[in-house]
Amino acid sequence: MSEEITREIFDKIVELAALELEEDEAEYIRRQLNDQLTAISELEAVPLDEDTPPAAHGVPYPPEISAPARRDEHAPFKNPDEILGVAPEEDERYFITPDIPHEDLG
Amino acid sequence: MELCDLSAYELAALIRKREVSAVEALDSALNRIRLVDGRPGTVDAGEITAEDQQTVHAFITLTEDLARAQAEAVDKKLSQGEIPGPLAGVPYTAKDIFNVKGTRSTAGSKILANYTAPYTATPVARMEKAGGVLLGKVNLDEFTHGSSSESSAFQPASRNPWDTSKVPGGSSGGSTAAVAAGMGQLSIGTDTGGSIRQPAAFCGVVGLKPTYGRVSRYGLIAFGSSLDCPGPVARNVRDAAMMLNAIAGPDLQDSTAVTVPVPDYTAALEAGVKGMRIGLSPDFFKIQYFDHETGEISEEPISDEIKLAVEQAADRLSEMGARIVENVPMPHTKYGIPTYFVISRVEVSSNLHRFDGVKYGHRTPHGVEDLSELYRRTRAEGFGAQPKLRILMGMYVSAAQYSEQYYQRALKVRSLIRGDFDAIYDPQGEYRLDALLTPTTPTPAFGFGDVYGDTVLMQYADQFTVTGNHAGVPGLSMMGGLSSDRLPLGIQLLGRDYDEATLLRIGRAFEVATEDAPWRKEKPQVLQGL
Repeated sequence: MSEEITREIFDKIVELAALELEEDEAEYIRRQLNDQLTAISELEAVPLDEDTPPAAHGVPYPPEISAPARRDEHAPFKNPDEILGVAPEEDERYFITPDIPHEDLG
Repeated sequence: MELCDLSAYELAALIRKREVSAVEALDSALNRIRLVDGRPGTVDAGEITAEDQQTVHAFITLTEDLARAQAEAVDKKLSQGEIPGPLAGVPYTAKDIFNVKGTRSTAGSKILANYTAPYTATPVARMEKAGGVLLGKVNLDEFTHGSSSESSAFQPASRNPWDTSKVPGGSSGGSTAAVAAGMGQLSIGTDTGGSIRQPAAFCGVVGLKPTYGRVSRYGLIAFGSSLDCPGPVARNVRDAAMMLNAIAGPDLQDSTAVTVPVPDYTAALEAGVKGMRIGLSPDFFKIQYFDHETGEISEEPISDEIKLAVEQAADRLSEMGARIVENVPMPHTKYGIPTYFVISRVEVSSNLHRFDGVKYGHRTPHGVEDLSELYRRTRAEGFGAQPKLRILMGMYVSAAQYSEQYYQRALKVRSLIRGDFDAIYDPQGEYRLDALLTPTTPTPAFGFGDVYGDTVLMQYADQFTVTGNHAGVPGLSMMGGLSSDRLPLGIQLLGRDYDEATLLRIGRAFEVATEDAPWRKEKPQVLQGL
């Protein structure tokens, strides 16, 4: 089994991903990630020319078939209360969160 | 025959002529749901009983009141002499990855279990405009992350109507199981790596992944934004064509929805395949799999049964006048899954960062110190293993120090995959194909628990469909026969950009050629004895 994603690297990306994992879940996921990297490593065998372009999407988007840019006009959602209504916590039309970590610069 | 077993085309015609009402059609579908679906998926399902294992569980949410209002509106319009839309009165379902205003829109995830959408996705709005009657929202792999529908947080997961001990495929497994079992003539699914075509193959229905950009993604809960394609699930090719007519076209709300004119996809369905050039590629007759003993990717020939189904389809099309072109090289097919492991994960890790417990969805009920802890606790509780895995892989392969090795490389291989398709469709090239004919899947439907948990093996279930997503080209899967275990075998047609019409025309010719085939008379297990 590939051990490319060590426990140390793994813990770092879990933190960056804003996740927390139970111990057995963490071991399962790390093992699966390393197995997947074995599959991904197949790509190393593909000969690539210097000028092979990276493809952000498969289908070409020439301007003649691209959607026209919308006019730069303010178009409010018809009923913003419906959007606020699905928030876990809302007060006077503000989303409420706990403290945002910050340093007091005095 | 029950109304729910008619095709969308037949049912719409009867309703338009007022020989049956839209309400009668709805009641027939609801009755079928009561007979075969069992309990809907929930996040607190408890034990899966022996009884649960006999029913389909396509639904998460039944929208019966909405459906009745829509059906009554169709009947009212008809009674007033108004001409309703082309799908007027036809019951359909939507994969629960689409926002539909006023309905729970869960993505099969605990993190959205309590979320009611404040707006409606464009493809669903277009189905409504065409007169479709929304029966409900159907189950799927969590956030569409899977090929079996087992990973849904809403259990019992959907089961295969042909054999309820088998999976329906995924991620649009609720869609294909519902259509196969008569719970709605149509369903709207999404396909990111094969998620319409693979479950369509497993459930013996027609599934069409349109060209990327042909159908708007507005209102779809995103997975891989450069790969996601909403599309039709239907019982036959004509129904799929009618549905594509309804949902295709530009949309100001999605800048990737192209302005290419939408033809009438039903217009040339019966025109046959005479003179068409249809390819067979040896690269789709061998399968890649992860060998746990060696820890390496190995290769073996595809099963004789599936190979035979594709070869027989080629023979039928040849008899109807198509030219079958053999030995078409698609050399980068085997890199489809490795490339997908990188690109789709990078895109999903970005898309899933919006689930933060602040704007909508689940928020941890436990007291937290600050916003960072709120994010971590909420996401830990709300996401299942699959989204967590995919977020972590996406972050790893796009991290500054690994991006060149993985993400940039995968994007370049994606160009080569696209190049394979460009070469075979090039009108000045050696092959000049109208379509490529392939198996849809390496195997027929597998059993519950047989693959689930092994994320590499599960991903390789999409190895014949995923290159269509990388290249953006359209793909149609349809039933091509039955296995010795009486499970559907899927055949796939891959086509040129925006040329869904040709795929549908070939598919229709195949239906005509196999009208009297013994397997066409077979019914899914759950419908036997009804």
